[in-house]
Amino acid sequence: MSARTLFEKLWNDHTVCQLADGVDLLYIDRIFLHERTGSISLISLEDAGRSVLNPEKVFCTMDHIVDTFPGRTDKTTMQGGRDFIEMTRKATNNENIRLFDIGDREQGIVHVTSPEQGIILPGLTLVCPDSHTCTQGAFGALAWGIGSTEAEQALATNVLRMEKPKSMRVSFDGELPAGVTAKDMILHLISKYSASGGVGYAVEFSGSAVKSLSMESRMTLCNMAVEFGAFTGMIAVDKKTIDYVKGRPFAPKGELWEQAVQYWEDLKSDNEATYDKEIIIDVTNLSPTVSWGTSPGQSIALGEKIPSPNDFEDKNQRIAAENALSYMAIKPGQCLRDLKIDAAFIGSCTNSRLPDLRRVAKLLKNMKVASGVRAICVPGSTEVKLAAEEEGIDKIFMDAGFEWRESGCSMCFFAGGESFGFEERVVSSTNRNFEGRQGPKTRTHIASPETVAASAIAGRICSASEIEG
Amino acid sequence: MRGLNKINSRAIPLLRINVDTDAIIPSREMKKVSKRGLSEGLFAGWRYLSNESRVLNPDFILNDPYYREAQILLSGDNFGCGSSREHAVWALHEYGIRVIIAPSFGAIFYKNCIRNGILPIVLNEEIITKFDNGNININLEEQKINESIKFEIAVADKEMLLQGLDDIDLNLKYINQIKSFEKIDRKQRAWAYL
Ligand code: SF4
Repeated sequence: MSARTLFEKLWNDHTVCQLADGVDLLYIDRIFLHERTGSISLISLEDAGRSVLNPEKVFCTMDHIVDTFPGRTDKTTMQGGRDFIEMTRKATNNENIRLFDIGDREQGIVHVTSPEQGIILPGLTLVCPDSHTCTQGAFGALAWGIGSTEAEQALATNVLRMEKPKSMRVSFDGELPAGVTAKDMILHLISKYSASGGVGYAVEFSGSAVKSLSMESRMTLCNMAVEFGAFTGMIAVDKKTIDYVKGRPFAPKGELWEQAVQYWEDLKSDNEATYDKEIIIDVTNLSPTVSWGTSPGQSIALGEKIPSPNDFEDKNQRIAAENALSYMAIKPGQCLRDLKIDAAFIGSCTNSRLPDLRRVAKLLKNMKVASGVRAICVPGSTEVKLAAEEEGIDKIFMDAGFEWRESGCSMCFFAGGESFGFEERVVSSTNRNFEGRQGPKTRTHIASPETVAASAIAGRICSASEIEG
Repeated sequence: MRGLNKINSRAIPLLRINVDTDAIIPSREMKKVSKRGLSEGLFAGWRYLSNESRVLNPDFILNDPYYREAQILLSGDNFGCGSSREHAVWALHEYGIRVIIAPSFGAIFYKNCIRNGILPIVLNEEIITKFDNGNININLEEQKINESIKFEIAVADKEMLLQGLDDIDLNLKYINQIKSFEKIDRKQRAWAYL
């Protein structure tokens, strides 16, 4: 057999049959839903008199609409949010789908909970009506976001009709400097190759810098593949992957585990495999990277100056830069470091896992959030929250002046409930800095959790090394 | 879903890049578990001067009375990027948009269009910016704009739009293949089944 990429292996092993004109019928192993876009798939399926073919492979969580205040109930700050919660509960119950509900240990942001519970496994296909499903490609799996109608298709038939994307390899080579994280790597990639640089491609992240990342950081990297415009992101299986999965509640056990590991060990690209496109990035000179504009592509290293629209050759990029500068209320030539902030947010499916919180806690110890800065931490899942509390991380956050919340998407996006204020400047460990993403006219700068924590302490945008002295 | 073939209409030039689905329909506008009642929220952040008063922003192109009945939208690179929310497409459809022409689209958004009776056309930016503000004529069957400009679309997507087909019906035609794949796969990848 000729040399194949990881992506080709995953794709081929799930191809039920090839239809005309380059369309393949792809088998789907797991479907994840959440109360915001998943509920509508179930209800619409029921309305059409159809049902879920294999409920045991479907999971659902409450993450997007639920409040994250301590002591939360079905009631939400978002008007009408209760409806989503109740309808999701009813629909999953009707269809015998496992729901991770408010108060359950397994509840959390879908892309945090799924790996934690061993629902995503290497070699699986997993879909969810949520664009950041690519996060789970970190496990050597094919995981991607779909629309609600496509979710209905997968639920009712176990397959999706798909056109095969092209393949791209992004190699991050070299050793990451201290204090530089997976978040900085991905922001750097997107700023260099644009928010549409990955359109049409399934992207494999590889190279020595990726190999050295923890599973959690690999998820951070894959999480933003969609911000690069890619169909999805993925990383080859290695020992770290298998160690992470072992013993998780829904992971295979006993003899099945042995079979699985045997299969997983081949989940990497063959040496001679070729890609439609290759990008190589040397990470040895990377530094903390932060967005200045309203697209993740509009990011710079903290030491750089905010660009002028005239710096862009492309007319569209120029107009986009003008709009972004005006929305963000900043000027060309300014330094991000000079920008005072109103709030700091640590959370989201990008950066809210236990190692993220541990790294931040180290920085926050014996420090205080600058006065006038509202700082919030929302653990990615109830499991993460409980584990962090066991280690006393919650205390460190609260002593520093952070709010410590229940898990969920929270203010990663504005659902119509809670938000940061009008024209407030927020440094956020999330993945999107779109206009209005965190609230009407809110100005979001996305960055690593370290940068967010350091900025919270300094009251202006800065990197961890600056406050460490 | 009704099939779509010929559209002749004015085209709204929303010529900016990276129009994301949060901009097409802000989250706060998705108030109910429903595919309907969303057009009010279409482009809400740009369309209204303030969210509370809902006074129309006269500078926003959609509010130009000249384009009130337009069924075609012209835009820049990477239209519909970002969140997977299908509400973006439902809102556009309910508003009356049937065709979107842009140099490229967000992948999930593109598929959502096909499944909901909106034709996404990928076209060179130079051609898009040259359309004047008169009517544009789209013929999906012939894959032509104004009878001369050819556009590409996957055959399967074209069929779905022309006939207004449903995914599930289409897949169920292959139910035997699906079943036999599963039978073999359950032996080969037993660990993958719950
Ligand atoms: S945390 Fe944010 S990006 Fe992630 S799934 Fe939730 S809303 Fe989406």
